This record gives sequence, structure tokens and C-alpha cells, in this order.
Amino acid sequence: MSTITKDGQAESSSVGSILWMALRMSILFIILCGIAYPFISTGLAQLLFPAQANGSLLKDKEGNVVGSELIGQAFTDPKYFQGRVSSIDYKAEASGSNNYGPSNPDMLERTKASIEQWKKDNPDVPIDQLPIALITNSGSGLDPHITPQSASVQIPRISKLTGISEQELQSLVDEYTENRDLGIFGDKRVNVLKINLALREALK
Amino acid sequence: MDILQIIIVIGILMLIAKPLGNYMYHVFSNESNRTDKIFGPIEKPIFWIIGLKKRAGMSWRKYAISFVLTNVMLVAVSYVLLRVQSGLPLNPNDIGNMEPTLVMNTVISFITNTNLQHYSGETGLTYFSQMAVIMMMMFTSAATGLSVAVAFVRGITTKGSTIGNFFEDFVKAHIRIFFPLSILITLVLVGMHVPQTLDPTLSVTTLEGATQQIAIGPVASLESIKHLGTNGGGFFGVNSAHPFENPNGTTNVIEILSMWALAAGLPFMYGRFAKSKKQGWVIFSAMMILFLVFLTIAYTAEKSGNPLLNGLGIDASQGSMEGKEVRFGIAQSALFTTVTTAATTGTVNNMHDTLTPLGGLVPLAEMMLNVVFGGKGVGLVNMLMYAILAVFISGLMVGRTPEFLGRKIESREMKLIAIAILTHPFIILAPTAIAFLTDLGKGAITNPGYHGISQVLYEFTSSAANNGSGFEGLADNTPFWNISTGLVMFFGRYISMIALLAVAGSMNRKQWVPETLGTFRTDNALFTFLLLGTVILIGALTFLPAIVLGPIAEHLTIR
Repeated sequence: MSTITKDGQAESSSVGSILWMALRMSILFIILCGIAYPFISTGLAQLLFPAQANGSLLKDKEGNVVGSELIGQAFTDPKYFQGRVSSIDYKAEASGSNNYGPSNPDMLERTKASIEQWKKDNPDVPIDQLPIALITNSGSGLDPHITPQSASVQIPRISKLTGISEQELQSLVDEYTENRDLGIFGDKRVNVLKINLALREALK
Repeated sequence: MDILQIIIVIGILMLIAKPLGNYMYHVFSNESNRTDKIFGPIEKPIFWIIGLKKRAGMSWRKYAISFVLTNVMLVAVSYVLLRVQSGLPLNPNDIGNMEPTLVMNTVISFITNTNLQHYSGETGLTYFSQMAVIMMMMFTSAATGLSVAVAFVRGITTKGSTIGNFFEDFVKAHIRIFFPLSILITLVLVGMHVPQTLDPTLSVTTLEGATQQIAIGPVASLESIKHLGTNGGGFFGVNSAHPFENPNGTTNVIEILSMWALAAGLPFMYGRFAKSKKQGWVIFSAMMILFLVFLTIAYTAEKSGNPLLNGLGIDASQGSMEGKEVRFGIAQSALFTTVTTAATTGTVNNMHDTLTPLGGLVPLAEMMLNVVFGGKGVGLVNMLMYAILAVFISGLMVGRTPEFLGRKIESREMKLIAIAILTHPFIILAPTAIAFLTDLGKGAITNPGYHGISQVLYEFTSSAANNGSGFEGLADNTPFWNISTGLVMFFGRYISMIALLAVAGSMNRKQWVPETLGTFRTDNALFTFLLLGTVILIGALTFLPAIVLGPIAEHLTIR
């Protein structure tokens, strides 16, 4: 009997010491992981890459901030290049989409409405040239890019509304087409805010 | 180009997985090595503060008690911090306190390495909470998982009565693996435009003259540990689909490799512990074969697109772009989806709810199997559990006592493994059924038809597998969902971990049986296929009916 009690005591006292160690370790690592690490990271980031660390803001020629080059904006004026569908209307204080499943009838209706709108705004471009990326909701609702083809199909409309020739607009699209990263990763794309900023300069 | 960039990423993984496995072996084998010189002086004061004097080995029970108690402490502090976050410092955007069931869900979610998020980071958390609760738990839960996996491997590969010291493993996992890698990757990501600031939400005037509020914050430091620790909870609601979390193709590849490389290195670490590199290759190959099958299905399904949209007469040649980002396209999205559910990270760069039915089947199936690389440590342990099961079944078929790594597999081990294997489907399928039987559960479904079944099934599968991704349309921030998924995450993590530590403890104490000509070999291609067969058989028998009701039925209706 006495040995069992002894063993029991030894076991319980060791649980106590484990508890005490666990407590000390937890507090230490809350400080290390939760406070020291993010502050050190922030300090180094601000020191080494201040522009990138603060949201990659984009300025126009006059030096006014017009947005972040990473965050898409809503363009309602048809003389600008239009971005992708965004259920949150590019409101970047939050992010998200409708999360429509592939069989969701609401998604089908939304896409059909986009096609009708396209026919009205772009009578010169038949819908079999309309790229799917342009009329689908991006994952973030903040997608800053469109595909190069999505930019090209908007040229006839923009040319008609602005008087800039289609060739000039096409060379603008070519100029603003970004390659895959490191030449291989991801897809080719056009930054809508950047190209529209250039378009605005051209219109001035 | 699509196929090529996928092959390059897998190629880089193959190059770095083995050295990382070797490195982890050096860290945890406790033999003195070169890394001691650099990290020893940092660890010494930490051991002193903790009060760890002897670093004596622990029995499996003591190890389990240690990791559970540490997790309990971290949960308690985090619960309090989230409940009072609005009054704490670093709250420039005036965010309020979290309600209790959401806090309960969130702390369980992060301590179990799941990172299911029923809140949205931009509006639900202060910067201080993002740092002291979210980032902190991303480190500590990953280190806990890795420590337990290492202890399990020690148990089945060594002889004695102890499986290592939890406190020592936990400290080393941080100091020698997660801290250095996290700081490095944070800085690389910032260089590639991921923000890292404590400034409040930006306000800009857009080109059309409107005002746009842009949420920002210490994103990069969360991003790196989110992937390295296979955590997966995003700074923002849409996770790595957000351009601030993942701005381009290169950052996408870095994030993929960050979550994948350590998980893929673990089989090699196991090979070193087992003193048989072939054992490591068997496990790695089984994982890689499953992965490639799933990746092929995901890529093909997404590239073929959604038949309903393809039939509208538009140019749909790009594939299914609903819920995806242009900078990633189909290739980087399909690859990310397959890796994040393989490595049970749960970070997403496209919305899984919007995947085509067969594309959405892939993440679901990977989480159901829960062995394709797997989260920090857990995948390796699960795969080894299946290996023991495969040995057992083969042994029964040929009428020989099953042995694994020179130890007899007996009824105690098999009972514990049965508990671990059966828990997983039980905590997925039972709550799914309950959710469909109650209005509280059904009310959250946002997509009609068979897709609604997938939404619910996905939520519980993700919770049980400690993955944390979601079919995010589900309106899941309600007490019913917060509590039910909270419990599922809790049982999903701790039951299997403790059961498997017990297996390790029992294997550890056994007599070694000498290897003879008649010994069933577990280090060759035949065993790889037996292992795959066991995984697929168990998985299919358990989950096929549920899968048929969800994604398969949806696929057939829109085909």
C-alpha cells in the first residue's frame, strides 16, 4: 500500500511541476511569438522596404495618391477599362465574394445580365470574344487585374468614347501587360488602375 | 506554360524536402551538431526561465500531459485577450470585443492548428489580437504538432521507456525552425509588396473621385508563419486571395512551398530516425502519388470550366474563373488548392465554394484522407498509423504475426489505432447529419441543391482534419456552428494525438524481434502500394456515400 501512495505522490508532484513549467513557458512564448516577433518584423520591414510595407501606394504625375497598385477600384465610366465583377464593389475595408457554387442559379442570372450589359455597351465586339474572367466575380472582390484579352476587347468601346485610335490603345495595353512573375509563375495580366491612370494622362 | 510552372514548383519541393528532413532530424535527435553553436546560446536562457534543468526524457503520459497543459494555458490567456480586445492597445480601427461563442470557436480553432475563421480579420480583430493571439497561436500550435510527431517517431524507432522532453522539443521547434524561417520569409514577402505596418486603414481618393477605404496591417509577419506552421488563417477574410496577402505569382509559389516543404520533409526525418532512409521514401512516395492524382483532377476540372457558363456563348477557354484571381490563373489556383488541403493548412487563394464540383471534391477528399503530407506533424503520424494498419492487415492475410520496424503489433496498438481512425469519420459524419436535421444547421446553407450538402460536409471535414478552409458561403458565425465546429476541431486534434502517443509509448517498451527472411518488408515499392491501398480502401468505404450526395450529384446535374 505504502509504495502505491509513494508512487501516487511522486506522480502528482511531477504534474505540479509540469504545470508550473507549462505556465512559465506559455507566458514566455506569448511574449516572444505574439509581441517580439511581429514588432521586430515590422521594424525591419519599415526599415528595408518602406514603400512596399505601407501598401504600395500609387501616385499620379502631380503626386496625389490615387490608390494602391495592389487593390482594384470600381470603374463606372465606360471610357475607362473596366475591372472584374465584385460583389463588394471594390470596398477594400473588407473583402469577399458571394461564394456562388457552380450550380447556383443566382450566379447564372448574374452572368447572363453581364452578357446583356456587354452587348449594349460594346455592340462592335461579339460575345464569343468576351473572356470569362471579365464577367466572373474574383475571389477577393478586389482583383486589381484583368487578362490582356479582357483589356483588348474593351478597346473599340473606349476608342469610340475617347477618340483615341484603336492602335494607340492597343499599344497602351501591350505596354501595360505584365509578364508572368519571373517569366513563369502566374498568368499574364493588365493592372486596371495603372492603365486607366495612363489613359487619363493621355486624355488631358 | 500551366503544366510547366506546376512541374517547376514540384521540382523545387523535391529539392528542398530532403535537406529539410535531415535538418529536422539534427534538431530533434538531441545529438550534438553544428546548429548547437548558433542556437544553443539563445535556448539556454529560455530553458532557464522555464525552469527546465535536466531535460530528462518523458514517458508518453508525461509528454501528453505536458503538451495538453501548455495548450490549456495558451487557450486561457487568448480567451481573455479576445474578450477584452477593444480596450487593449493597438486598436486604431476601433474594433469591438468578440462574443463568447465566437471567441471559443476562434481559440480552439487556432490552438488546434485548424484556423477555421468564423470572423473576418479586417472587422473582427484588433492589431494586438492579430499579433498576441493569432500569430502567437500559429507558432505554438505548429510547434506542439511538430513536437508530438517527433515524439511519436522516437517512440516507434527507439527502445526504452521515454519519448523525449516536450518542453525541449517545443523550444527547439521555435528557435531552430519557425523563428528563423518566419523572419526570413516575412522580409522576402514584404520585398514583394506584402504590407507590414501598424498604421490604421488607409483612405484614398480613387481615379473616379470616390473614397476607398483600404484595410491594411501587419500582414507579412502573419503570412509567413501562417504557411510555415500549416495554420492557414488569413489576416483578411478572403485569406491568400487578397492582393495584400498574396500579390503575385512568385509570392504564391513561396507560400505554397512554405506550407508544403516542412510537411514533405518529415518523412525523410522519420527515415533518419528509423535508420533506414528507404522507410522515409516509402512514406513520401505514397503521399506524392496521392497528391499527383488529386492535383490532376483539380487542374483538369477547373480548366474544363463550369458547363453552365461554358454554354452561354462567351469565350470560356480560360477555365472556371469564378472566385479566382487573374494573377494566379487556373494553374496556380489549382496547385494552391491541392497543396493547402494536402498539407492541411487551410489557406486559400481562390474561393473553394466556387470550385467546379469535381474541383471541389479534391480538397474535400484530401481532408477526409488526412494523410497526403498533412499538417505540422499530423500527416506523417497519420500515414504511419495507416502503415501499421497495412502491416496488420497483410499479416492477417498471410497468417503471420504483424511486425513494424522490428516490433510486434499487438491488440493494444490496434485498439488505439482503431480509435484514432474511427474518430475522424465519426466527428465528420455525425455532426453533418445533425446539422441537416436542425433548422439551426440548415439555415446557414447559402447555395441551393446538392451544393448545400457539400457546404455542410466541407465545414465539418475541414474542422475534423484541422484544415480550416471552408466553402465560405456558409453563414457559420452563429452559436450552433461556433460550438459544433469548435467541438469537432477539439476532438479531431486531441483524441488522435493522445491515442497515437499511447501507441508510441507501447511500441517503445516492446522487445525487438530480429529480422529474418520471413519478415514482411516495409521498405519497398510493394509496401508503398499496400499502404496506398489501405488508405484508399478505408477512405472510400467511409466517405463515398457522403461524397456521392454532394459533389458527385452536383457534377451530374450540371454536366
